[in-house]
Amino acid sequence: MESNRRSFLKIGGICALGLGALPVTKALARKALPQVSDFPEALKANQWAMVVDMKKCWEQADRDCKDCILACHQYHNVPDIGTIKEEIKWLWQESYHDTFHDQATKFNIANIEHNPIMVLCNHCTSPPCVRVCPTKATFKDKKSGIVKMDYHRCIGCRFCMAGCPYGARSFNFRDPIPYIKTELNMAYPARERGVVEKCSFCTERLARGLFPACVEACRHGALTFGDITDADSPVRKLLAENYSIKRRPELGTGPNVYYII
Amino acid sequence: MKIYNAKLIIPGLLIFVVMVTFPIWYNKGSAAPPPEPSLNTPAIQRMAEKQCVLPKDQMRTDHMQLLNEWRTEVVRNGNRLYVAWDGKEYNMSLQNECMRCHSNKSEFCDTCHVYAGLKSGSQPYCWTCHIAPKENK
Amino acid sequence: MLERALTGSQKYYRLLMGLLILMGMGFAAYLYQLNTGLTITGLSRDVSWGFYIAQFTFLVGVAASAVMVVLPYYLHNVKVFGRITILGEFLAVASVTMCLLFIIVDLGKPMRLLNVILYPSPNSILFWDMIVLNGYLFLNIVIGWNVLEAERKGTDSPSWLKPLIYLSIPWAISIHTVTAFLYAGLPGRHLWLHSILAARFLASAFASGPALLILLALVLRKYTKFDAGKEAIDKLSQIVLYGMLVSIFFIGLEFFTAFYSNIPSHQHGLLYLFVGLDGYGKLVPFMWLFALLALAAVVLLINPKTRKDEKTLKIACLCVFFSMWIEKGLGLVIGGFIPNPFEQVREYLPTVPELIITMGIWATGFFVLTILYKIAVSVKEEVE
Repeated sequence: MESNRRSFLKIGGICALGLGALPVTKALARKALPQVSDFPEALKANQWAMVVDMKKCWEQADRDCKDCILACHQYHNVPDIGTIKEEIKWLWQESYHDTFHDQATKFNIANIEHNPIMVLCNHCTSPPCVRVCPTKATFKDKKSGIVKMDYHRCIGCRFCMAGCPYGARSFNFRDPIPYIKTELNMAYPARERGVVEKCSFCTERLARGLFPACVEACRHGALTFGDITDADSPVRKLLAENYSIKRRPELGTGPNVYYII
Repeated sequence: MKIYNAKLIIPGLLIFVVMVTFPIWYNKGSAAPPPEPSLNTPAIQRMAEKQCVLPKDQMRTDHMQLLNEWRTEVVRNGNRLYVAWDGKEYNMSLQNECMRCHSNKSEFCDTCHVYAGLKSGSQPYCWTCHIAPKENK
Repeated sequence: MLERALTGSQKYYRLLMGLLILMGMGFAAYLYQLNTGLTITGLSRDVSWGFYIAQFTFLVGVAASAVMVVLPYYLHNVKVFGRITILGEFLAVASVTMCLLFIIVDLGKPMRLLNVILYPSPNSILFWDMIVLNGYLFLNIVIGWNVLEAERKGTDSPSWLKPLIYLSIPWAISIHTVTAFLYAGLPGRHLWLHSILAARFLASAFASGPALLILLALVLRKYTKFDAGKEAIDKLSQIVLYGMLVSIFFIGLEFFTAFYSNIPSHQHGLLYLFVGLDGYGKLVPFMWLFALLALAAVVLLINPKTRKDEKTLKIACLCVFFSMWIEKGLGLVIGGFIPNPFEQVREYLPTVPELIITMGIWATGFFVLTILYKIAVSVKEEVE
């Protein structure tokens, strides 16, 4: 009995000492080099989101404008495999009818059924791809809300592709490098055969204080980027003023790409 | 003492010994000279003090660990800025930072990697995705 | 005991040689895939899982063969199964081996396989599937081996084995449930998004596993001195019948929900499989073959005369096995991806290298099975 109490006191004492020492070690650690951090110019948000104003896109006389896609695919060294089967795409067009098949009607205004819609990863608030990944190779970045890919860790099981209800993920069925037909971006890597890839909301550009490549490339201001949790952000302002829709909200994934139609 | 099946065992043993020692006598007399990674790039020439992220000896032995830690910080934790032991700041990026100075991959990286007999075409598999700088040769 | 696998008749060696050749072909095709990528398969961006994962799903079912003899024997004291529990367990070992191989050949980066253990992710069902499958493999090896060893020595099996045997029963249920959960929890894949999927997996497993077991028992009786006994086979055939009836019933339930509710997205998968969608219907003939085989199996099994006649029982078991193979090993997995998230139909058919790799893995499974059965039968012949 006695010895038990003694050992209890001892252990308690050590614990208290440890707690007391914590701020000291922290202060010491703050000075110690090397250390890592964000760039000071990095753009920050709790949850990045995009509003795609398709009206602005459709109004253009130049209906073949693909500036955003080209900018994205060139920037990220996305290959052009050339077959539907193995296509790799981060940002692309689908028809209104196919994208919003749950709300398509035959008698829509101005025949928008066949109009293009820009589609990309929705960087869901509750992403099923992240839920199913067996290695955490795809994960939800807590700092920015971006659904990221760790190409070093992906085992290529393609569970995330089955889990994604938006078809936003592409698999590298073959070595992609010979198929990069745009000019190589020396500042960004390519991918290897056997991993899954998708839109990254240009994490690496945000870190340098730049907006995503597609947003920057759009000449017509159809793409707006910002923090959905910030009431003063440009995306929230747009959403407050316009009626918008999201892809398949009934699935509970919480997509963060909004469409103004 | 008598060895049974000596006719088979002794040639078998001989073949075994020859095969095991194959690397030794095959490479005999052709010892590769120790590599001398070149630091002769414009970016390094311009530097007043030629100093890498870590002291030279540490870089030589630990650069792969450093790269792996950088990878984890950038990809998983979203940190991209590295303040080194000497207070200098670095962008944690193989393609954009390391290769900015060491733009001569074939004379710097490859010399040692080939000498050490790294697999996959004598290159660590960083280069299957990361793009090496174009070298004017 | 392993040495018994090394001595055998000419026929035994010829069988092993044949299987080894098929395995070699599969392995060569796999090396080709490893060096070129999954581009050599028919898989696409839209149908991202295909033949491999479908075989895996089907074989998880076959692995249930063990529980369907172990459960009646140990829990209900069905003595006639005493002689064949070992066959069920070893069949489970062979099928789980195939399951694991099918997962590996499906990976884009198999050299990173251990990342699943290095970065354990309990939120992923695949992580749990790895645990239950490997656990089931381990349980069946340990149980089968020790029971056989005890039989050879003429002693009772060690007492520590009993808890493991009892554990293996719920464990068998878990492998189907977890495998079904791989599919049944994915938003937007309506063919799979049913709470009945796990129950469907169990029912079809209780049909296909014991059906194969009956066929194997009959083969063993023809070529060896081992006889499973008429009564055991009759009992098994009843299990197959019930498994089959429940399976078909469950599939019918899916049809009801989809078509009475009249929700298009719930109908698309079934429509694609059975009548075709937007003019595409490569799987339609297979699915009708499934329906025909299933019907034939039920007719043959439900009639006691044809069920007890070995000739017709054999046909019935073949019907069960192949109908379930089509339903799970082809329709369910592939159908779940069609149409794609944009409601476009992109079809899938396996390519020749894909089929060769698949064949190689089946051969590997049968190689394992042959060796294990050889050991079991030799021991049993010796004891008698």
